[in-house]
Amino acid sequence: MSARPRNRAIATLLAWGASLAIAFPLLWTLLTSFKTELEAVAFPPRFLSFDWTLANYRGALADGEYLHALVNSVIIAGGSSALVLALAIPAAWAMAFAPTRRTRSVLLWMLSTKMLPPVGVFIPIFLFYRDWGLLDSRIGIALLLAAGNLPIAAWMLFSNFREVPGEILEAARMDGASLRQEIVTVLAPLALPGIASTFFLVFTLAWNESFWSLNLATTEAAPLTAFIAAFSSPQGLFWARLSAASILSIAPVLLIGWLCQRQLVRGLTFGAVK
Amino acid sequence: MTAALLIRRRSYLQGPARLLITPAILFLVVASIAPLFATIKFSLTDYRLLSPGTSGFAGLTNYAHLLASPDFIPAMVNTLALIAVVLAATIAGGLVLALLLDGPVIGRGALRLLVISPFFVMPPVSALLWKNLLMQPVSGFFAWLSGLAGLQAFDWFAHAPLLSIALIVAWQWLPFAALILLTSLQSFDHELREAAQLDGASPLAILRHLVLPHLTRPIAIVVMIETIFLIGVFAEILVTTGGGAGSTNLAFLVYSQAMLQYDIGAASAAGLIAVVFANLLAIFLVRAVGRSLDA
Amino acid sequence: MRACWGLLATIALSACAPGGESSTTLTIATVNNDDMVRLKSLSAGFEASHPRIKLKWVVLEENILRQKVTTDVAISGGQYDVVTIGAYEVPIWAKRRWLKSLDDLGPSYRADDLIAPVRAAVSYQGVQYAAPFNAEGTMTMYRTDLFRRAGLTMPARPSWEDLAHAAAALNDPTHGVYGICLRGKAGWGENMASILTMAHSYGARLVDEHWKPQFDTPEWRRTIDMYVGLLRKWGPPGAAANGFNENLALFSQGRCAIWFDSTVAAPFLSDPAKSKVADSVGFAPAPDEGLGRSASWLWTWAFAIPASSKKAPAAEEFIRWAAGPDYAGVVAPHAGWLAVPPGTRTSLYGNPAYRHAASFADVTLRSINAANPGQPSRLPVPYIGVQYAAIPEWQGIGTELGQQFSAAIAGRVSTEDALNEAQAATRRQLADAGYYK
Repeated sequence: MSARPRNRAIATLLAWGASLAIAFPLLWTLLTSFKTELEAVAFPPRFLSFDWTLANYRGALADGEYLHALVNSVIIAGGSSALVLALAIPAAWAMAFAPTRRTRSVLLWMLSTKMLPPVGVFIPIFLFYRDWGLLDSRIGIALLLAAGNLPIAAWMLFSNFREVPGEILEAARMDGASLRQEIVTVLAPLALPGIASTFFLVFTLAWNESFWSLNLATTEAAPLTAFIAAFSSPQGLFWARLSAASILSIAPVLLIGWLCQRQLVRGLTFGAVK
Repeated sequence: MTAALLIRRRSYLQGPARLLITPAILFLVVASIAPLFATIKFSLTDYRLLSPGTSGFAGLTNYAHLLASPDFIPAMVNTLALIAVVLAATIAGGLVLALLLDGPVIGRGALRLLVISPFFVMPPVSALLWKNLLMQPVSGFFAWLSGLAGLQAFDWFAHAPLLSIALIVAWQWLPFAALILLTSLQSFDHELREAAQLDGASPLAILRHLVLPHLTRPIAIVVMIETIFLIGVFAEILVTTGGGAGSTNLAFLVYSQAMLQYDIGAASAAGLIAVVFANLLAIFLVRAVGRSLDA
Repeated sequence: MRACWGLLATIALSACAPGGESSTTLTIATVNNDDMVRLKSLSAGFEASHPRIKLKWVVLEENILRQKVTTDVAISGGQYDVVTIGAYEVPIWAKRRWLKSLDDLGPSYRADDLIAPVRAAVSYQGVQYAAPFNAEGTMTMYRTDLFRRAGLTMPARPSWEDLAHAAAALNDPTHGVYGICLRGKAGWGENMASILTMAHSYGARLVDEHWKPQFDTPEWRRTIDMYVGLLRKWGPPGAAANGFNENLALFSQGRCAIWFDSTVAAPFLSDPAKSKVADSVGFAPAPDEGLGRSASWLWTWAFAIPASSKKAPAAEEFIRWAAGPDYAGVVAPHAGWLAVPPGTRTSLYGNPAYRHAASFADVTLRSINAANPGQPSRLPVPYIGVQYAAIPEWQGIGTELGQQFSAAIAGRVSTEDALNEAQAATRRQLADAGYYK
């Protein structure tokens, strides 16, 4: 807009500096994934001058487990997130636009369901799943993850829906739009970026969830979290291999994030207020 | 004047509204009440997985043992300390990042991706990487940096275990805070800010009087959501220090009862105590930030 | 036209139909060390020779594996057909009748070929309940070049004081070499393994016959003073958080002059691709104070079949292949003799090709034979195990003890306070578990 070039340069420099610092551990992991095990623990650390190798990736992809785990992760994370949104969007809508005295208590109660540490409720769930044949099933895990993420989604969507500026509605009503038209053609597109970022958050939380996905899956439903658990802390040096496995399990979400993000940006350029 | 307030005037929305909420509530009720009751039941029994023949009603023994254990108070203190440090770090850091990314920067898409990246790493893997590749006093990256500066490497986990763990957890949650704050910033009316600038207001004053009030609600959201997650942090502790008076928190206590000692009764009792603790914390938080949560 | 499509559809459908023979699928849970990962990659050979058996693998890090498997077997989840457990679990689970007996695996299994202490470690009341896959003892690893340069020699049977003298002489932080590396990371399987083993070699014991903790005895005092002293004075920085892996990384980078730890480190350290000091690492027996027990522990990863399993015959087939005497012959041509799972069979240690390839074979065998889990201390004890106590409460007790001693190593508490805390914590946990009724 009206930013002077010098301001722009300073801002860009600072922003890039901060962002690279934040992302440094991950970038370091990426670098390590191309080293041999011996070089991975070398001191002083080697930055770019080492023997680059793809052996770690080859090893991680060797027996086809990765693909199976990837598919499971996508199904579990995607499925549970879809369920979460299907339940949370109507609920948040109702709470934002038709609140009652109890709305705030409902929200707080939802959050309170997350207060019991999963590890404390593990055995009851395990017993229940065992008796109902839900052990090692993608649906079983997805349901639990959905229950865990629903409160978060409800909160975020609730907050998002209430932030939509009212002038747009006024403008639409001035133009003679009915309620249905208001909701569908005016409000929904404005709420979309909020929905998209909530989906992304919930999806990532489900993707990285490392308690239920590890403890309730054995072979059929094992997602990427179980895949990584095979690479962490064995006897011996394993940093390069673990780095490669981590990158492999982060890459899909990063890709989705990159794609989703363009959607977000598109949705945010609403200059319709003028 | 938000859309919410405008729509709310239409009172005939109340009926369908209840219908819209019901599925979510029903789902959560089923998913949370049954395990809660089971946990309460187990907390009153002597149930150890490795001693199957000895279970029976034990009354409040599990609670008594837990509350009398010398690990209990340090665990509560550590839980609170961890939450406080991580909240402070992520909100401050998130604010800085959001402000930086909101400005006139080139390549915002790539920047966003970089900033978001810590959130994608699995917590146990993050902890492993930080501990061994970065914080290791002999061969880690920070040791190398401090060597360049002529200082002795800091032994993170020996001298500041809770702080080190808080650092790792804050790194993981920074993207979340930054994203929420950034999204909110970008819905902030830039015209208002420009008008203030034209009127001669300093950037700091704009920050304090215009931007921050706009951000109170997202900050409140971040505080509530992060707190709930931070109460249950234990994987990072397990992977780095393995526990101990300096770093055990309530969730780790539950873990060590359930997964190390296989004492389900004690674990359930500890879990319920965690629930009580979390509820108290939530009440306190709601009082502190609750006003920003209403319209 | 329709008939054509119908024919094609039929062909397509019949191609998708499952085979007429029924096959058994075995779900195998195992730990993620190199030996097991190699076993998994070689298992296609087993499936080829046993077409009715399909294998599914669950490979996990040790702690996670233990949690999952223990939970499943204890509640009869039935998810695993073959589980990999350690010497710690076998007596506990066998006592609770959670395992099938493996006494009659048949002559091809050659149970008599198993090294005696290893077989004893996986047996309960004379019956074998698990099939050892690999086994380990302890040894003293040291840098022959540093010793030579300083004019020192490693005694044939070193004592802890010998190690202390050498560590003091070789400690050279300015050049990045530390006198001695030991496990400091808190954990019942990390620092407590080494500490308890050292304690037993000093004539100490965890508890007396009445389960009363013994941390107030002079033997424990000497143990902790020595262990903590070694690390505080001549150990690397960050020692309090170093477990096996961290020390392996340090030694292989040339940062430790001496390292007391498991024999499984030997193949790593001898491999030039994984270790910078491959040609200057020496192996000596575990320290011995001459008090009746050397600091030799015994651990084995072994295959077991849950008692509730309905696929026992197929599982036994697999175990006969994987843990039998011929498996070495499958690994060696494929990955070399160093890759053969060590420590379980005397036939391996009698094999000249193996002895030639593995310079540490002798020390390993002697260490395993010197271990005495049945009577870990010269004083009577009510538990078995050298680096652990085979009671269910050990995981919890060992964790607390490990945390205390790790704090002492870090300098956050004094050794005296650590011992007092250890005494109180052990007593409390045993009392809670009902040992003093």
